[in-house]
Amino acid sequence: MLHSKRLILSHFWLAFAGFGVALLLGEWQMFIRSPLHAWIGDPEVYYRSVTAHGTAMAYVFPTLVAMGFGYAITEAALKRPLIGGKWAWAGFALVAVGTVTAVIPVSLGLASVLYTFYPPLIGSPFYYIGIVLVVVGSWIWVALMSVNLYAWKRANPDVPVPLAMFANVAGSYLWAWTAVGAAIELLFQIIPAALGLTTTIDAGLARVFFSWTLHAIVYFWLMPTYIAYYTIIPRAIGGRLFSDPMARISFALFLVVAMPIGVHHLFADPEVGAGFKFMHSVFTAFVAVPTLLTVFTICASVEIAGRLRGGKGVLGWLTALPWRNPMMLAVTFSFVMLGFGGAGGLINMSYQLDASIHNTQWITGHFHLIFGGAIVIMYFAIAYDLWPHLTGRALDSFEMMRMQLWSWFIGMIVLTFPWHYVGILGMPRRMAFYDYTDPAIAPQALSVIASVIGGAILVVSGALFIAVLVRGHLAARVEPGEYRFSIAVHQPHRVPVALNGFGLWVSLMVALTVINYGFPIVHLLSLSNTSVPVVTIGAAGR
Amino acid sequence: MTEHADSATVAARMERRWGTVSIGIILALVFMAAYIGVHQGVMPQPRVETVDPRTLHIAGEFIESNLGTAAEPDGSVTVRAIGQQYSFTPQCIVVPADTQVTIRATSADVIHGFLIEHSNVNTMLVPGYISTIVTRFPAPSERLMPCHEFCGAGHEGMWGRIKVINKAAFAKLAADQRRMTCVAQ
Repeated sequence: MLHSKRLILSHFWLAFAGFGVALLLGEWQMFIRSPLHAWIGDPEVYYRSVTAHGTAMAYVFPTLVAMGFGYAITEAALKRPLIGGKWAWAGFALVAVGTVTAVIPVSLGLASVLYTFYPPLIGSPFYYIGIVLVVVGSWIWVALMSVNLYAWKRANPDVPVPLAMFANVAGSYLWAWTAVGAAIELLFQIIPAALGLTTTIDAGLARVFFSWTLHAIVYFWLMPTYIAYYTIIPRAIGGRLFSDPMARISFALFLVVAMPIGVHHLFADPEVGAGFKFMHSVFTAFVAVPTLLTVFTICASVEIAGRLRGGKGVLGWLTALPWRNPMMLAVTFSFVMLGFGGAGGLINMSYQLDASIHNTQWITGHFHLIFGGAIVIMYFAIAYDLWPHLTGRALDSFEMMRMQLWSWFIGMIVLTFPWHYVGILGMPRRMAFYDYTDPAIAPQALSVIASVIGGAILVVSGALFIAVLVRGHLAARVEPGEYRFSIAVHQPHRVPVALNGFGLWVSLMVALTVINYGFPIVHLLSLSNTSVPVVTIGAAGR
Repeated sequence: MTEHADSATVAARMERRWGTVSIGIILALVFMAAYIGVHQGVMPQPRVETVDPRTLHIAGEFIESNLGTAAEPDGSVTVRAIGQQYSFTPQCIVVPADTQVTIRATSADVIHGFLIEHSNVNTMLVPGYISTIVTRFPAPSERLMPCHEFCGAGHEGMWGRIKVINKAAFAKLAADQRRMTCVAQ
């Protein structure tokens, strides 16, 4: 039973509104930079759009989904009302105010620095302050997840923490710690410069701090998706979760190994030495382990559903699966995109292969496939699954849901596969235009046009998604009953202490971060003369 | 009940096997990367070197008269270049084919990227730090050399070129120039 329906709906609707606007901006960018459109004339407008798109998609949208879904999990899994509802609304308000504070300078062209900041470029202080407010709002959520978990544990000693809540709290702790890197960069380096208190900044050190956030944030985006794989999909398709402890191990491993690996974003950078680059490469390889475990457990859980539905033989269970069920479609598409995106990711994290694709369009293709594809398609599935419980009304536009999921999958493939290809050819990122008359660039024109078409399909799919949810608010009233999570084949009565709490995993997370980031940070701090003059954006001549 | 317990044992065994295979795959990849790094010397740039962008033009390695391609006594060449909003200096780099090329570059203002298409030359130019990359171009060719990192509104126009010419032609150039470029050629 969900008590805080309005709170959760507010999070989802603000998330999806931001997502919708950012989606349109994304497709506009695809069109502007393609051979279908002439040179934009004022590329600065393009970079405003890129900044807004990235900020909304990376900071606002997934954070609000994780927060809203987290509150829903807390009430549904712990079977009691949320503690700290007023604080939750305060967190929501901070995220909303922060978003507006950041978006205004961006749309005025005063903060076209992209969501990854790139000091010594410095934009309006309001942009950075807005982002800090978004993060502070989300930290209230982190604290509430912790408070609710420990209140429940005190009231229920000797009972295992429900898997959904265990995973949810793991995701919140991961976010709390991974956000620290960018927070240090913003509070101690960028905002003082933006306010005019300092006139120089160590750009290399800022990149190291940002990399602390930049990789693990992806796993924070991934958490709701993985929670849906483990705790929603098996139930929604009529199966059982193959293994509860394995699921806990995967989430605990994400907490530990997602963090100390961000330097793989800096393989091509001059401010980190080869030793720590290799170390982070090794840890990045190990972050594939929880994903490989997840692939096994979820495929096994889906097989159980197929067999329970009468599927026989080696492959017979596949045809017996409920292929018209939107949740079945969503998890299948998600896995296909995770497979391709994961394979690409192994190339990116490789100590050697990275050089052939670093900062090319391959990278843009990669994270759109993983985040926009594998992760976001499960956000849709989460919304579809929760909606009747939030609105008290039926969500029965099944044909539209199937069309929406199919078109998102097809659109994402058509968008990202050509993107990967031109990346291998060496096409650089973040260009408002390419000179397609140059014989060296001309052969890439067709691929860029294909990506524009993929983006258009995604816009249609995004509109369908919003339409399905709106129809859900207008449909007939239903009594959706209790919101349930998947049941494991062997539902645990006791779990090892380590897999029922976070002491060990959080300690390992912090310790490994200190080891893997401590030396590079201290080394850079000890160098003199590495601070360079700031370059202000949008100040003069506009 | 025993059947239930048996199925739990089977499931645990399957999981252990899969876990072992997963870790095995990862260890193999890590070992491969380490082996290639050590035995073929293929690895990202290893050292951290700093330089003050405020005095680049006044003194030291990156003064204007020292930018371009230099022939070294050992037969290799060294290319020194700077990225700034929104161009490279030199805008056109000339190097000999089938020769060891050491590129040393930095930024005079903000973060830039340095990529040579159809090659593995791909590095960041971070103001305050020197990027070094060692490479070799097999045959004469002409390639694009874009900046691949957002460096301001003019980023889209920041494209350089690199010309790989044959060794004899390069030797002729090197006979009467200390630093070579292919700007305005």
